[in-house]
Amino acid sequence: MNLILIDMNVQLFLAFPFVLLLFTYLFAGILSSKKHKPWPLRRYFFWFCGIAFLAITMIGPLAQEAHHNFSAHMIAHILLGMLAPLLLALAAPVTLILRTVQVSIARQISKLLRRKLFRLITDPTFATFLNVGGLWVLYTTDLYLIMQQNFVVHLFVNIHVFFAGYLFTTSIIYIDPTSHRRGFIYRSIVLVIALAGHGILAKYIFANPPVGVSQEQAEIGAMLMYYGGDAVDAILIFILCFQWFQFTRPRSKVALVS
Amino acid sequence: MITKNLKNLSYKNRNFWSGFLFGIGFAAFIDEAVFHQLLGWHHFYDKSTTTVGLISDGIFHAFSWFATIGGLFLFADLRRRREFVMKKWWGFVLVGYGFFQLYDGIIHHKLMRVHQIRYVENVWVYDLFWNLIAIILLVFGSYLVGSTVYHNGGKRSK
Repeated sequence: MNLILIDMNVQLFLAFPFVLLLFTYLFAGILSSKKHKPWPLRRYFFWFCGIAFLAITMIGPLAQEAHHNFSAHMIAHILLGMLAPLLLALAAPVTLILRTVQVSIARQISKLLRRKLFRLITDPTFATFLNVGGLWVLYTTDLYLIMQQNFVVHLFVNIHVFFAGYLFTTSIIYIDPTSHRRGFIYRSIVLVIALAGHGILAKYIFANPPVGVSQEQAEIGAMLMYYGGDAVDAILIFILCFQWFQFTRPRSKVALVS
Repeated sequence: MITKNLKNLSYKNRNFWSGFLFGIGFAAFIDEAVFHQLLGWHHFYDKSTTTVGLISDGIFHAFSWFATIGGLFLFADLRRRREFVMKKWWGFVLVGYGFFQLYDGIIHHKLMRVHQIRYVENVWVYDLFWNLIAIILLVFGSYLVGSTVYHNGGKRSK
């Protein structure tokens, strides 16, 4: 009984940051809509769904199940590292911050974002190393086993998976203002390589289960990773191609006729 | 007139890329939907796969996934610029389809042993038909493309 109570407290404690993030976004959206154009409803929707997916991977039944069930772990990881980052990126949080805070602060933020450091951080190749490289380390070493036994390591791995996923998503598609932009072809090539690295790892897991995972569990988990990854990446590919389609639209009627 | 010819030249490439990429992507889609999911002939991963086969399969799968969507956006771009040449595009689709199927049938199935078409005794019959169809598609696609080149040549000499 006591254990359950402690567990409840831990869960509430973990839920707090998500609630805070939800209300901060909502508050910023409403506040900034007074001086600017109304903040689009779909962006609230993306943010709410993104935060909700994030929360269910950290707290509640799926998070509990993920500790001993590899399939549940894999579903949680697809939500945490792919779908939630995509939804949160579509919510354009940086744009919202910039239009909510005072102009002087907004200027300082955009100055910060133009620093050389961000040139590296926003590079898709760098993000791919963090993202897919991190997954290779997680599933081909003992890290997966350690993560299941140690709460701090578990939390750290989850935070890394999320931020690497967010960094990767925002390095491929540009929703927020991006100061160090890369060309479409470069981003496409990196996206294909990252997708390949993800798929190859999934098949590797199929044949070589991580330490502590049974063959049967590994096979289901690997196929979830392979097809789930494909599904989310299809959205990413679609948005990237759509942004190219808009970017290269014929500028004038003359260009169309001649 | 000269600028128009130059423009046609650059969009000739785009007809190629759009058709070829979509052809590869469509072949991969059929392969996945029909042979992996519906018929269940292909295995997700059979243990005889070589390492290089695993890597090649991964890259090809990722590339074709991108190609399906990218090829259709290129198609939409050709349409809005009115540079779309129907026959040429279909020709390149067939070339892309045949190329994928031939690569899959010879390099993946036979050399790298990614998986077999079907796990039966006379798999060579399946291999023969698989690769034969691929070659027919390649030849017919090339023929379609070739006939449009001739057509354009006739126009230009006027």
